[in-house]
Amino acid sequence: MSKELIRLTNVSMVFDENTVVLDNINLYFNDAEFLTLLGPSGCGKTTTLRIIGGFQKPTSGDVFFDGVRINDVPPYKRQINTVFQKYALFTHMNIYDNVAFGMRISKTPEADIRRRVDEALNMVNLSGFEKRSVNALSGGQQQRVAIARAIVNRPKVLLLDEPLGALDLKLRKEMQTELKKIQQQVGITFVYVTHDQEEALTMSDTIVVMNEGRIQQIGTPIDIYNEPKNAFVANFIGESNIISGVMERDYCVRFAGREFACTDKGFAAKEAVDIVVRPEDLMISEPANGQMVGKVDSVVFKGIFYEVMVESQDFRWKVQTTRAPQKGQLIGLSVDPDNIQVMHKR
Amino acid sequence: MKKKYLAVPYVVWMAVFVIVPLVLVLLYALGSRDGSFTLDNFRTMTQYWGVFASSFQLALIATAVCLLIGYPVSYWLSREGPGIKRIAMIAIMLPMWMNFLLRTYAWMSILENTGIINTVLGNLGFFELFNGVFGTNLKYFPMINTPGAVVLGMVYNYLPFMILPIYTVIDKIDPKVIEAAEDLGANSIQVFWKIIFPLSLPGVLSGVAMVFIPAVSTFAISKLLGGGMTMLLGDLIEMQFYGSAYNPYLGSAISLVMMVIVLICMTIINRFGEGEGEAMYF
Repeated sequence: MSKELIRLTNVSMVFDENTVVLDNINLYFNDAEFLTLLGPSGCGKTTTLRIIGGFQKPTSGDVFFDGVRINDVPPYKRQINTVFQKYALFTHMNIYDNVAFGMRISKTPEADIRRRVDEALNMVNLSGFEKRSVNALSGGQQQRVAIARAIVNRPKVLLLDEPLGALDLKLRKEMQTELKKIQQQVGITFVYVTHDQEEALTMSDTIVVMNEGRIQQIGTPIDIYNEPKNAFVANFIGESNIISGVMERDYCVRFAGREFACTDKGFAAKEAVDIVVRPEDLMISEPANGQMVGKVDSVVFKGIFYEVMVESQDFRWKVQTTRAPQKGQLIGLSVDPDNIQVMHKR
Repeated sequence: MKKKYLAVPYVVWMAVFVIVPLVLVLLYALGSRDGSFTLDNFRTMTQYWGVFASSFQLALIATAVCLLIGYPVSYWLSREGPGIKRIAMIAIMLPMWMNFLLRTYAWMSILENTGIINTVLGNLGFFELFNGVFGTNLKYFPMINTPGAVVLGMVYNYLPFMILPIYTVIDKIDPKVIEAAEDLGANSIQVFWKIIFPLSLPGVLSGVAMVFIPAVSTFAISKLLGGGMTMLLGDLIEMQFYGSAYNPYLGSAISLVMMVIVLICMTIINRFGEGEGEAMYF
């Protein structure tokens, strides 16, 4: 079922001789997969997308589509369609003509065009909007026209460049669910670019975390969240406590002045490591019952939980808890072995 | 906060120098020497219908030539880098900073029978060659005092007014829209005809208006380069006020009719560009 569709091998992109935008990217993705390129702005995720779409040529490296090298194939000959960040709709056409554009170019019979435009507009909940002008639509509606315009051509791959960036929070959440639903319905590969980690976790089958032109980690949302490979990923995806430590031996790591049992092995003896503990995995107890003791520095109400900053002897812990301790109170902190994530330093 | 009083100087200006003259033109057009109300001026005008025809014809040709030259230049320019854009803009604007009459006189000396072109061609022995091949007996190419010279003068003087609005509109087209069209399978020719050209129409309409209207009412160009051989509306009107045929009543009537025709033309042009919001009335 999951057949490889696109592969990037050793793709690098250098602007002006010395600005490295992409540094040796190796990546493949499968048919019917929802893949997200996630990273802060300037990490090279949009460039990667534009290389796949054919709008930019990599300085070196190859792009394969279904096993065929497509470096020199122009965008209009690729079986790939794009949903652009600011929609890039054709303002001189109505909604129907926008969606029909690709099929008219490919000389599809007008009757088929009508049926498929109907289907596509129905899929994005815009039936009855055919004759409207683009300028008469809200941002969310324009976004859905852009999606309809792309998927109506039944591409093998749909590229989405931060398509929800311009929408407000509530609409964005709705569209996330909607997009995932559409992807499953049409069963094609979505390559989604975003800097919003929550969006990535919600929708993706696979997340590719990027920073400074390099791939930091590739994995399922659960892998990426629970087992970040390095401090950058841990920090970027969700809230984290990242503390330096030393791997004493397999299943035993030393940090915050004591040894902890953990589930990691295979590190060099006495290797210096980074340790990630998620704020929601720290448990508060009486000082005597905790693995560590600290003083509550601040308590902030966040809605579902309280965010508590705890000052221990050599680290400031961020803790998420449903029961608020008093500011200035001494408390104990403990963490289960499988909630300690040990990472190589880099 | 409304600061209506800021508009007062202009409103006064407009009332004195726009509304009043328009009313005067209307009154004169409907008047006669003896002060009575009459439609005679419009009746007299019918004998000049040939002047109307040639004015509109030459203005249309000049507008078309401006469009054919101006559009490709604008399109090319919009694709270039900022450095070339700046230089090209200056090159396009430069002639406009020179006095209009001076420019037109310069063309006279270029096009005259003993002008620069004919002199150079003559010295190169071109006419012997030409006469030999075609069996003619030319000593020069008659260029000055032809409708062609008038069109040339119009094109030369009004071309920037075609290039600037078209360039502005094409330059503003979001490159992402072009990428979107390529992404949907359009090759560069399809991208041009289906995306760029339709999106540039408001600029084209502005350009057409900005060239056509001064061209149809020009009098200096036709006088200097047409040598009075081709009388245009501008010349006809001028004659009624300053010429031997002194008749401001007829002159006003012709001006009025010309204004109405131009207004009708502009309404039609704007109808094409409806909803684009960029076309202008001139």
